[in-house]
Amino acid sequence: MKKIPRQHMPEQDPKERIHNFEEVALGFTAELAQLEAERCLNCPRPFCVEGCPVNIKIPNFIQLIKAGKFKEAVMKIKEDNFLPAICGRVCPQESQCEAKCVVGIKGEPVAIGRLERFVADWEYEHGVEVPELPPPNGHRVAIVGSGPAGISCSVDLAKMGYEVTIFEALHEPGGVLTYGIPPFRLPRKVLKNELEFVQKLGVKIVTDAVVGYLYTIDDLFKEGYEAVFIAVGAGTPRFMGIEGENLIGVYSASEFLTRINLMHAHEFPEYDTPIQLGKRVIVVGGGNVAMDAARTALRIGAGEVVVVYRRSRKEMPARLEEIGHAEEEGVKFEFLVNPVRFIGDENGWLRGVELIKMELGEPDESGRRRPVPIEGSNFIMDIDNAIIAIGQASQPIVAQTTPGLELNKRGYVIADEETGQTTREGVFAGGDIVTGAATVISAMGAGRKAAKAIHEYITKKN
Amino acid sequence: MYKILEKRVLSSDIKWFNIYAPQVAKKAKAGQFVVLRIHEKGERIPLTIADYDREKGTILIVFQEIGKTTKLLGTLEEGDEILDFVGPLGIPFKLEENVENVVLIGGGVGIPAIYPKAKELYKEGKKRIISIVGARNKDLLIMREEMETSSHELLIATDDGSEGTKGFVTTVLQNLIDEGRDLDVVIAVGPTIMMKMVAKTTRPYNIPTLVSLNPIMVDGTGMCGSCRVTVGGQVKFACVDGPIFDGHEVDFDELMRRNKMYVDKERVSLELWEKEVQR
Repeated sequence: MKKIPRQHMPEQDPKERIHNFEEVALGFTAELAQLEAERCLNCPRPFCVEGCPVNIKIPNFIQLIKAGKFKEAVMKIKEDNFLPAICGRVCPQESQCEAKCVVGIKGEPVAIGRLERFVADWEYEHGVEVPELPPPNGHRVAIVGSGPAGISCSVDLAKMGYEVTIFEALHEPGGVLTYGIPPFRLPRKVLKNELEFVQKLGVKIVTDAVVGYLYTIDDLFKEGYEAVFIAVGAGTPRFMGIEGENLIGVYSASEFLTRINLMHAHEFPEYDTPIQLGKRVIVVGGGNVAMDAARTALRIGAGEVVVVYRRSRKEMPARLEEIGHAEEEGVKFEFLVNPVRFIGDENGWLRGVELIKMELGEPDESGRRRPVPIEGSNFIMDIDNAIIAIGQASQPIVAQTTPGLELNKRGYVIADEETGQTTREGVFAGGDIVTGAATVISAMGAGRKAAKAIHEYITKKN
Repeated sequence: MYKILEKRVLSSDIKWFNIYAPQVAKKAKAGQFVVLRIHEKGERIPLTIADYDREKGTILIVFQEIGKTTKLLGTLEEGDEILDFVGPLGIPFKLEENVENVVLIGGGVGIPAIYPKAKELYKEGKKRIISIVGARNKDLLIMREEMETSSHELLIATDDGSEGTKGFVTTVLQNLIDEGRDLDVVIAVGPTIMMKMVAKTTRPYNIPTLVSLNPIMVDGTGMCGSCRVTVGGQVKFACVDGPIFDGHEVDFDELMRRNKMYVDKERVSLELWEKEVQR
């Protein structure tokens, strides 16, 4: 039998795509998907399923694709994951399901993520079926935050007959999927479809509602909600704490991406929100957010974008695919360097950055080799903007206003890993607010576990 | 959607809106702010809560028309609706209990911002509330009656001397200090330069001074860091760590520079809008 190679997913030409916000990856055709599905060995003990944070029945859905039963395939995925169009795009499959794929031992793994995405998109083209819901069970649950954890929790609860209300602080739902992940990775149409689906299940999303200020968790109980799920994420941007970080032109990646993704600053003055972007931009950090910021900066007109990262390429936490896309688009990389101060002019505008070269020492707690500055290796780079993408910290508002809700020493909510149960009765938490910044799919997994635990809690109580 | 129930024109460019937002009104406290967005393509801007009525479910905002968003907001009439109205945001204003002699200083649209504080403190029965309000001239003095009924003493400063003392609010404040009056705390809200000068005036006398900062914000919930200010050498987010800070610790010069960050863009936006309106 002739071995079928891993099928390449068509992509927009880099020269074209740096001028637009359309999705980079164009998706499989039905033919490509079926060809790729042929590669799956349908292992009796599928390791890929173990690699998936929500244990999607991967070989089963792939076999259905192979048979051309796309509808059945997507329904199979939806037994475990209700947002496949999103997960198929933003999951780090290479470190999860595909990392465990047996085909990948000798060659390239089956393109599980691309197949997931294909059937999800196929379903939207052919009309999404809203599952039949049980009659309302008369119990109400409040969810704080409409990001991946909140959404997935809401879907499971709605399917069990709960009346679910999600409270969202921003004016649009979706959390990090809306303000953080750029449309060229997750088209807004896909997100809109998924959010519409959630609302078709009867989930109510209230925007402009900052829980902690507008309603406390205690207010929500008083209003008749029997359980609360806190899924507010890790939205506080981190800065480096170096000189000149408040100069004009230094943005947190969160602010930079929010101004573009949520506020459309790149469409100024049609949209009212502005952004100050110059010719030469550095992005500090090596994760997916750094890649998103760098690629966004290029698209909105930065002449040169350089990612500066304090370790080497090998230690970059960003997905390989994202790094590859960034390189194709012309993003430059400077490894083993770290900013030590920003330099401004007399009006407070950023003009340059002093960097120091680094070398790798012994591994640290994360298992990666610790970067150590090389004394005397400082140099200066002229820049107009710096975007700081070195991570986020917990969102503090809910915790500050909820007596009895305990946090760990890093400021994240203490919650049981399996149930999301916090130190307050009836209050559950999951996603980045518990684990610190992680992935969309792990937040969704936490949302599902919490839904199950909330159901058990309410059932037992009544 | 949030309906404008009442509108008043306080001066040629200062407008007064009572907005129906019952849940916000239920929770609002003096010192907090809202973030609003007028329409789908609009920006999010922070405005101080100037008053609230829990029974009627209203929030009062008073704003000066400066850029496109505030000018557009000023064109809205009673019955019109605002798309997004998020709040109450920020840490409410709080004073030490043993503080009895309070000076409240408001400049321009800082006057409506100090009003709810004056009202609360007056109601609490503080020994002496002295309010100092300042404006360029007599016609720009707003909310005078409200300030009068919630202060034991209302002192006025105008740049041109058309009312009260000729000079700045700091001239009046310095007079109080020189007279040896009991001043336990000074609270100042207004243009950044005014707050800077107030803090400078009180510093030699170690009079505790609180200021309410007005940096540029996007979400207003601690997510972006646009509003970062340096206070006592530390970077703080004015939206969630403030907006009220120790005036003696704030780096006002940095704040003033950062507030000018988008002046070029703001001009473009305004000119374009004015052309549209004329057409």
